[in-house]
Amino acid sequence: MIEGIFVDGMIFSIMVIGILISFRILDFADLTCDGSFATGAAVAVMCIVNGGSIFLSLILAFLAGVAAGAVTAVIHNKFKIPGLLAGILTMTMLYSINLRILGNKANVNLLGVKNFYSEASTSFGVLSGPWPAFFSTLIILLVVKILIDVFFRTDLGLAIGALGSNEQMIISYGMNPSTLKIIGIGLSNGLIALSGGLFSQYQGFADANLGTGMVVQGLAAIMIGEFLFSSNRISLITLRVILGGIIYKALMFYGRKYGGNIGLTANDFKFLTGVLVIISLAIAKSRDAVSSSGARKKAMARSKIRKEQEAL
Amino acid sequence: MLKLKDISKVFYPGTVNEKMAIDDLNFSIKKGDVVSVVGSNGSGKTTLFNLISGTFPLTSGQIILDSTEVTNIPEYKRAFTIGRIFQDPTLGTAANMSIEDNLITASKKGMKGLKISLNNERREEFKKLLLPIGLQDRLKDNVGLLSGGQRQALTLLMTVMSKPKMILLDEHTAALDPRNAQIVMELTKKYIIENKLTAMMVTHNMKSAIEFGNRLIMMDEGEIILDLSGKEKQALTVEKLVKLFKNIKKKEFASDEGLLNA
Repeated sequence: MIEGIFVDGMIFSIMVIGILISFRILDFADLTCDGSFATGAAVAVMCIVNGGSIFLSLILAFLAGVAAGAVTAVIHNKFKIPGLLAGILTMTMLYSINLRILGNKANVNLLGVKNFYSEASTSFGVLSGPWPAFFSTLIILLVVKILIDVFFRTDLGLAIGALGSNEQMIISYGMNPSTLKIIGIGLSNGLIALSGGLFSQYQGFADANLGTGMVVQGLAAIMIGEFLFSSNRISLITLRVILGGIIYKALMFYGRKYGGNIGLTANDFKFLTGVLVIISLAIAKSRDAVSSSGARKKAMARSKIRKEQEAL
Repeated sequence: MLKLKDISKVFYPGTVNEKMAIDDLNFSIKKGDVVSVVGSNGSGKTTLFNLISGTFPLTSGQIILDSTEVTNIPEYKRAFTIGRIFQDPTLGTAANMSIEDNLITASKKGMKGLKISLNNERREEFKKLLLPIGLQDRLKDNVGLLSGGQRQALTLLMTVMSKPKMILLDEHTAALDPRNAQIVMELTKKYIIENKLTAMMVTHNMKSAIEFGNRLIMMDEGEIILDLSGKEKQALTVEKLVKLFKNIKKKEFASDEGLLNA
C-alpha cells in the first residue's frame, strides 16, 4: 500500500506547488483553491465521460483552473478588495459552477470509463499492481516540477517573485502588477485544478465537495517541507514541497490506519490538519527562539572570555 | 522635461480631514536640470513626487513629462521615464531574492517575457557594476542580508541601470548613517553626471541641498516659496538659506496675525 501513499502524495504535491506559488511566492492568501481543485476534477471527469481524450481532460482541467485564478485576480485588481476576500468570493461561486459542470449532480463516477490510470496500467504493460500508477504520476509530477523550476528562472518568473516581495519595485520598473497577479494566480490555480483532474481519475469519481479544506492541507505540506531544509533556490523549494506533500499524505494514511486504535475517525482529520499547521507554526517560532538563545549563550561565553583575559 | 500646470491635490475632500496638500502649483524643469527640494515636514514635497510619479491622481491640473501629457497615465507607465528612490531602503529592492535576480529584473523596464536572461556573461557585467559599491562577490546573496546603506546603493545602481530620463530622490540618504549617506550621495552625483540625468532631490540636509545640482526650490504649505538657480544658487550658504526661510515665514506670520486681528 506504500505505493498508494506515493501516488496520492504526488498528485497532492502538484496542488501544493500551486499553493506555494500563491501563498509563498506571490504572498497572496488565495482561497480560490478550495473551489478550483473540484473544478479541475469536474472538468476532467466530464471531458472523459463525454468521450474526450485523457490528455485533453488534463489540459482542460488546467485551463479551467487558470480561468478561476484569473477571476480572483481580476476581482482583486479591479475592485481593490483584499486577495483573501476575492478568493473566498470566487471559491463560493465555483461551488455552483462545479455542480453545473457535473450536470447538477453532486458526483459523477468513472466506472468502466477509460481514464488516465486505467490507460497507465495497459501502457506500462511490463509492470504490475500499483506500479504503473506510480510511474505515470511520477512522470507528470516531474514534468510539472521542471517546467515550474524553469518558469521561475525566466525574466517573467523572477518578476512574479519580486512582486511577492515588493510591489513598488515592480511598478518602478514599468510593469503592471495587475497583469503579473493574473498570470501568477492563474498559474497557481491551473496547477491546483490539474491536480484535481488527476485526483478524480485516481479515485474514479469527481465530487463537488472535493476541494474543501485543501488550502489548509496544502499549507501543512508546505510547512512540513520547510522543516526539511532551507534554501532560496526554486528547484530545491519545489523539491521540498513535493517531499512535504508526500510526508503529509503518509501521516494521514497512518493516522487513518492506526488512529482507530485511539478512537479517531476520518471525520477528525480536518481538525488534526489544522492542529498540524498550528504545531508547525509553533515549532518554527520556537526554533527561532532556540537559535537566538544559542546566539545569546555564545555571546555570553565570548564576553566571559574577554573579562577573564582582562582580569589576567 | 517636466512641466506642472496649475496642479492641486486635496486629500479627503468633503470630510473634516480635508487637506490642501498642493495648492495651484506651477513648475517646470529643463532637460539636464538637477534640482534640490527643501521644506519643512508637511510642506508637500513627497506629495509633489507622488503626483509626478502617478502614485495617486491629481485633483486638478496637468502634468507634462518629456513633452507627453501624463496626467492620467498610470504610475507603472510613467516609470519608463521616471526612476524613483525612496527614503525607505526596503522599497527599492526585493528582499527575498538574490542580488543577481534583482539586477536582472531591473535591467530593462517593462513587462518581462519567458526568456532566461541571466547568464554568466550578464553576471560578469553585474560584477563590474557592483564593484564601486563593494558587492561584487555577493551576487547570490539575498538582498535582505544587506545593510540599509548597501541596499540603497544597490537601489541606486538598479534605477540607473533601467535607464530613466529623470530620477526623483525622496530623502534617499535620510535613513543612513553619515558615512553611508555620503557614499550614496557621491554615487548619486556620479551617476547623474555619467548618464546626463535630469534629477530632483528632496533633502533636509541644507548643506547637501546647496551642494547638489544647479537649482534649489523651497516648499511650504503646498507652494513653492523660493526658486533659485544659476548664480543665485551658487552664492547660497546654509546661513543665507535659513535666513531666507525665516524671513518668508515671518512675513506670513505677520500677515496671518493681521488677518486674525482685523
